[in-house]
Amino acid sequence: MTAISDTWALTVRDLLRLWRQPWFIAIVLVQPVIWLLLFGELFQRVVEIPGFEGGDYKQYLVPGVLVMTAFFSSGWNGMSTIEDLERGVTDRLLVTPARRWPLIVGRLGQNAVQVLIQSLVIIGMALAIGVSFEGGVLGVIALVLAGLLLGTAFAALSNALALVARQEESLIGAVTFLQLPLTFLSTAFMQESLIPNWVATAADYNPVNWAIVAGREAVQSGTDWGTVAGYCGLLAAFALACTMLATRAFRAYQSSV
Amino acid sequence: MRNAIEAEGLTKNYGDVRALDGLSFAVEEGTVFGLLGPNGAGKSTTVKVLTTLAHSDEGRASVAGRDVLREPGQVRRSIGVVAQRSGVDRDLTGRENVKLQGHLQGMRGRDLDRRVDQLLEQLGLADAAGRVARTYSGGMQRRLDIAIGLVHRPRVLFLDEPTTGLDPEVRAAMWQEIGRLKTDEGLTILLTTHYMEEADQLASQVAIVDRGRVVAQGSPAELKASLQGEAVHVELDGANVNGNVDAALEGVPGLREVMVEGRALHARVDDGARAVPAVLAALDAHSMPVATVTVARPSLDDVYLRYAGRSFAEADKAEEKEDNE
Repeated sequence: MTAISDTWALTVRDLLRLWRQPWFIAIVLVQPVIWLLLFGELFQRVVEIPGFEGGDYKQYLVPGVLVMTAFFSSGWNGMSTIEDLERGVTDRLLVTPARRWPLIVGRLGQNAVQVLIQSLVIIGMALAIGVSFEGGVLGVIALVLAGLLLGTAFAALSNALALVARQEESLIGAVTFLQLPLTFLSTAFMQESLIPNWVATAADYNPVNWAIVAGREAVQSGTDWGTVAGYCGLLAAFALACTMLATRAFRAYQSSV
Repeated sequence: MRNAIEAEGLTKNYGDVRALDGLSFAVEEGTVFGLLGPNGAGKSTTVKVLTTLAHSDEGRASVAGRDVLREPGQVRRSIGVVAQRSGVDRDLTGRENVKLQGHLQGMRGRDLDRRVDQLLEQLGLADAAGRVARTYSGGMQRRLDIAIGLVHRPRVLFLDEPTTGLDPEVRAAMWQEIGRLKTDEGLTILLTTHYMEEADQLASQVAIVDRGRVVAQGSPAELKASLQGEAVHVELDGANVNGNVDAALEGVPGLREVMVEGRALHARVDDGARAVPAVLAALDAHSMPVATVTVARPSLDDVYLRYAGRSFAEADKAEEKEDNE
């Protein structure tokens, strides 16, 4: 119970910090809208490619943009941890009797709230430009859940890396190195039948694609819930593994101080 | 009297660097104990080991009767830590900072709220409690660090270089506060410092640390009394005179423990007033012009010089140079 209460206190702390950076909030909210509108316009004639199923590219794009947004913003979650390390806040938290995992999960809680709000903005925007979610409310919830699970996994990885590398430059390098390749080695922008075989193979092992496939399956008509549940299960396992890794990373940090 | 802190034969290496080299000391309950030494002597590493943040390679340590390696959770409940680096979250208000720490120490509800208000009041932060800590001055942030360290009413408080980088006035106020904590709250305080004056003022017992070992221990008065006579410090007004000085001073009666560091010359004598003319004459006879001469009752500086074999200022400089490389 104490650990859960500690987690909540740390989530609130991170949300307060976020709330006090209005420019950051503005960017966090506006960026996904730009992705949706920009990619929707840029690639609108993709639907004319022979073999592309479905008539509206924006309709196709929404799950991809939602998952990409969750993936992108979660990757930076470890930056707060690096700031805490530099400011001596981590040391101060580590000499309290608090368990180690709430120090990670508290931060993941803040990330989840941020991803949830971004997802709602994207869904609102999608509805505004005429996208219809044929899978209904349940489908939308499943899509958001897939984004949250993926975001949690990569936020945890980001924190693990932050605790091991302990340098902003290293984290920025790693995140920017991974973001675009993992996004494009997926079906975010192009249907699987139209991408090269090797990309399709890579996408099968790419958690970003798991979330996109699960989310897209959930919001289309005639959802195969088995597929959705399967990929969400994989994502949950991946997120749990990453969270445990991040918690273990405190040991690496403590053996360095 | 029981010991609140015991450290026995602590060693710790960072790669090839030996930060602690068999460090031992004990702190009686309810006293202020000063760990005195230059930068890089191992003071902060000692604090990190005793507060369970870092693990020693060898040796054992206990705080408030609990072993730091075997029962870190129990130790963490009994200690408050004010680290050398501030641990203040600059994006939270003063009150939020203290409250979060209290929460993680297991405090809840009205008990926590009252304790937070009381501490902020006591440390003169009540008016600023609702402002984010980013807007605080250096002295205010340091006081907030102390509030954070004290919120759960710890029995042992660690203050790692609490006044480094503060203005002289703020430092004096901080000294007053530390004295009050010991007297009014019966806290055991481990204070690390590289200000001789600070250890002299605040600590009833001092351990002088050099290169990861305790080289001398006692009350400031005892340590100073262990040095017989007076200290003579001579600053020579020439280039490098190392080597010749010993020969020059050979014949001066009553001169002991002569040490040369660059152009500075340190020695001990029974009677300073009588020795100085003889020292000056001897140096003059060997054509070594003198810039300044001082004679003083022993200070903790002299104690350090005696036991560490180098002057405090030189050790501090050498370590800083190493840190920068």
